[in-house]
Amino acid sequence: MEYKNILTTCVYCGTGCGLNLQVLDDRIVGVLPAKGHPVSDGRLCVKGWNAASFVYSPERLTTPLVRRDGRLMEASWDEALSLVAGKLGAIQAESGPRSIGVFASAKCTNEENYVLQKLARAVLKTNNVDHCARL
Amino acid sequence: MSILDDLRRTVANELESLDGVVALRQDGLNVAPYLYHQGDDLAVLVITPRFPLAQTVDLLLDAHPEAHLGIVALGCDERALKELANWHQVDLARVRVIGVPCTGEQAVECRCGEPYPSTIVVGEQVKGVEDRVLAEFLTTHTQEERLAFWRAQFAKCIKCYGCRDICPLCFCNTCALEEDHWVGRGRVEPPFPTYHLIKAMHTAGSGKCTQCGECERVCPAYIPLTLLYALLRHDVKRLFGYETGASVTDKPPVFRFEAAGS
Repeated sequence: MEYKNILTTCVYCGTGCGLNLQVLDDRIVGVLPAKGHPVSDGRLCVKGWNAASFVYSPERLTTPLVRRDGRLMEASWDEALSLVAGKLGAIQAESGPRSIGVFASAKCTNEENYVLQKLARAVLKTNNVDHCARL
Repeated sequence: MSILDDLRRTVANELESLDGVVALRQDGLNVAPYLYHQGDDLAVLVITPRFPLAQTVDLLLDAHPEAHLGIVALGCDERALKELANWHQVDLARVRVIGVPCTGEQAVECRCGEPYPSTIVVGEQVKGVEDRVLAEFLTTHTQEERLAFWRAQFAKCIKCYGCRDICPLCFCNTCALEEDHWVGRGRVEPPFPTYHLIKAMHTAGSGKCTQCGECERVCPAYIPLTLLYALLRHDVKRLFGYETGASVTDKPPVFRFEAAGS
């Protein structure tokens, strides 16, 4: 029987609260607050307390999905990425690059958001970069 | 030799005849509960800041009912375990308490009248302190003032369920606080006073609160939960003569049936 707590950062928003994942026999069984953490100071909101509940969800995607004839079908990464790149290129050509908008997220790391705006500006050639909370 | 050195030596000895010992582990700046095994490096074993370790023991024994575990326990940890036993949640025959007393500062911080377990293996026990916050509240506020006070306090609640999730005596598989007709699922303001009084009555009002203070420490809205629960503990003692986790033979008040007037 093995039990330990692993300190990590909550994934649910940009605040970055610390929390401990309770791991029992190699399985996450719950969350404990991170006492003394500079951001969260031993407290959590309801999302933080449930930050691990999605980990073993049977609804998590395991492959890319592509919509064919109105239904989402499993696809390979190559197929999915080629489809997306092709369609974005077509929209760029047809309606101009600034017809494309890009939404970043507080669930992403700062580094991921940086790369996203770099993709938007340098590759998609649009400056319409904003945050998902603006939807 | 410091208290921690003595404790670590004691835990090392106890581990020879146990499947593990539940205690705190320091990893960098983070301290959290851990299950130590025989042969583990115990230099990382610490005793602060406090966590509800009785909850961890309950969790582990639920998953491994055949295990024998030790726990480095403060007074309130041991009382939580005994109360869990009174509610048939933990088999105390599978738990060995390695008792540690609180410091004077800890007793003052918790306003604790019994800052030590029934036996201690290291350190010196200090005297309990009177809960002056409770005493002041009991004697100087009218009922209207008290209602206004709690209404204002609970207006700050963000319904994080932290007070319930951290409580070592909250073990119900189906929790009343998740029932739509009591708390309005999906709505952020928890209804006053139902939400807060359900929590209070199902723990402190049922004789299940050890006054460990973890609920208040985990509340993002700084609601003085230990005061509310101290008020109920006071009533449970006054009306039923019951003190949480004081013994394992007493029947908790909720389990008693007495005819009116008897």
